[in-house]
Amino acid sequence: MALKGADIMKKLPKTNCKECGCATCFAFAMKLATGGAKLDDCPYLDPEVRTELESAMAPPVKLVTVGTGEEALVIGEEEVMFRHEKTFFHEPGLAVLVSDREGEPEVEEIIARIHELRFERIGHTLRVNLLALSNESGDRDTFVARVGKASKATDLPLILISGDTDTLFSAAALCADRRPLVYPITAENVSAAIPKIKELGVPAGVKGESLDEVISVTSQLKDAGIEQCVIDPGSKDLLEGIRDQTLIRRAALKKGFRPLGYPTMAFPCFMYQDKFEEALAAAALMIRYTGIVVTSLTEKDLVFPLLVHRFNIYSDPRRPMTVEEKVYEISHPDENSPVLISTNYALDFFIVSGAIEEANIPAFLCIKDTGGIGVLAAWTSGKFTGEAIADFLAKFEVESRVKHRKLIIPGVAKKLKEELEEELPSWEIILGPSEASDIPKFLSEKWKA
Amino acid sequence: MAYEAPLEKYPVKIREVILGGGEKARKIGGENALPLHFFEGSLPNPPGLALEVLDTRPENWAPWILEPFEDVASDPMSWAKKCVEEFGAEILCLRLLSTDPAGKDASPGEAAKTVEQVVKAVDVPLVVLGTGDEEKDSQVLIEVARVCSGKNFLLGPVLKGNYQEIAQAALEHGHCIVAQASMDANLTKELNIALCKFFPPERIVVDPTSSALGYGMEYTFSIIESIKLFGLADRDNMMQMPVFADVGIECWRTKEAKESRDQGVLWEATTGITFLLAGANLLVLRHPEALRLIKKITTP
Ligand code: SF4
Repeated sequence: MALKGADIMKKLPKTNCKECGCATCFAFAMKLATGGAKLDDCPYLDPEVRTELESAMAPPVKLVTVGTGEEALVIGEEEVMFRHEKTFFHEPGLAVLVSDREGEPEVEEIIARIHELRFERIGHTLRVNLLALSNESGDRDTFVARVGKASKATDLPLILISGDTDTLFSAAALCADRRPLVYPITAENVSAAIPKIKELGVPAGVKGESLDEVISVTSQLKDAGIEQCVIDPGSKDLLEGIRDQTLIRRAALKKGFRPLGYPTMAFPCFMYQDKFEEALAAAALMIRYTGIVVTSLTEKDLVFPLLVHRFNIYSDPRRPMTVEEKVYEISHPDENSPVLISTNYALDFFIVSGAIEEANIPAFLCIKDTGGIGVLAAWTSGKFTGEAIADFLAKFEVESRVKHRKLIIPGVAKKLKEELEEELPSWEIILGPSEASDIPKFLSEKWKA
Repeated sequence: MAYEAPLEKYPVKIREVILGGGEKARKIGGENALPLHFFEGSLPNPPGLALEVLDTRPENWAPWILEPFEDVASDPMSWAKKCVEEFGAEILCLRLLSTDPAGKDASPGEAAKTVEQVVKAVDVPLVVLGTGDEEKDSQVLIEVARVCSGKNFLLGPVLKGNYQEIAQAALEHGHCIVAQASMDANLTKELNIALCKFFPPERIVVDPTSSALGYGMEYTFSIIESIKLFGLADRDNMMQMPVFADVGIECWRTKEAKESRDQGVLWEATTGITFLLAGANLLVLRHPEALRLIKKITTP
């Protein structure tokens, strides 16, 4: 909950000394409220007031980092309940659970498999991003050995899971410099855990059987100065998960309730036996606010849909999604294949390329950078005009790729046809269908090189 | 600072629409809370999960989506029966692909005959869809409405260009309609307003048009979610119609679904549950396993 300027004003020295660069304390208060100034700018703040304002103005969901370096996972600082209100900011981590009952070679093999779960999609890398090691064996030395091995075998951030607090922190001590998430910190072990968490400087995975229990643990941690926390509300299935995740996010955003103002985690791997059910629950939990989703999935066919799903849900609806400007070769076209052109608005691209694939006719799809705006708007603003397209064809040497000189343009761009006929006298400009869904029919009936 | 669960209550609800008739009639909608929010509201009807049946043998289907229907794919009646008896479908969606003017271009009469036969073979509610060709759909759906008068089908898609004729026939013969407007909540509302001048709102289901995972799914997700919030939180009664999503057809044409059986099933199930979480009240699915999965993890 953001503070209002008037509330801040009450706490300021009211001397209007201007040292903050503002004409009055009131002006400074207004600037603070909208994020245009920093508390540091006023040298006369009472230290107590300063702490109070600082915590009141902090983002309602804490930013938490697990792991280090390039692979570190950063979650939290979310601002909305629904992505169309603004956007979801930090993609949830997808963790794979590995038991310490697995021998060392098996652990290494699983890690190798996880490393292979990386895919490129329109210029983004989609990947599994955490390894969760669980002390299922109940044996301390085994767990410590597996954690030692795993921390060498991967740069991915680690989640360490052990019901035995000593075991948990012995393992954490081995790799504290990697900022592993230690789990579970509960009502029972929190007092014993606090000094160790502080000593090692690792983030804490807080688990409660109820939100009340979670609140008591995060409050104790906060009193001890520990705020790098991730909350597991102990949900046992998807419906409990949706309830818990929704209430946590709401309490933080709408009530400014600090003890729940942390990113969260959930364990679809313990909710469902069937891997498909597990994968689907993981997808649903990603939509509903979960910061780290722990699964047992390493099969490409189950993980890939989940990664694309996360990428879709966390894409920013305020910015048109774009794809790279280039000539896309669909289903291995040759010199007699049709040439189509469209904008780099991602949705247009997906629909058009999908329709061409459906038509089962190999083709060249020219994608012109229009800044992610659609055909008509791009034509009006000069980004999809006859001249711009002629430049594109020259830049990507389209004439050298096909023997024919036929260009299929979007059916809505009637005026563009005349422009192109002028710019490209050697080309025949063909007005395609207005709806992408008619492309298969259009190509199968009308296309002849 | 004491914790009190921040529950949200809406004083309005999504309209309840009844599909089909007799013992197997199914209601959709009727909820006064967000999807699956059993902890703070009433959701009297589980989301409708319809299995799709084509009126003509599918072409270019990946082997794993054809496999469950291999033995019945040429016969819509057996296909429909199998969906109900073997795969537990409580609603069926009959797609009149044969009427596609670019394909077989079957006549409205032929199509209506198939629908008549299917409706004799099964007793669950039927969604009957044309191919999206405004002119042809209008002829076909009007004929279906007439021939199967009183069966309370859900007919669609009804578009800006043909809503008057189709809705009129649906009204006369006792059917519901799917009002389809493309990817824009305002267009959905406009079409509802136009329809409600002569058509009962409790027989309208809206379709903001679907997309597949990886192919614009997030757009559909956010449009469905915003329609439901306009309806519930902003109490806009022209946005309180149940939402329909045609999931299978979009998913199974992607290359990812055609790559492997497991990936295909999850592609469809993931898209389906995403729309369900956005607020969709009726999903059309293709693979029985996608239906089973969604049902399993969303049933209390
Ligand atoms: S520096 Fe502090 S006291 Fe001085 S005007 Fe600014 S806010 Fe007021």
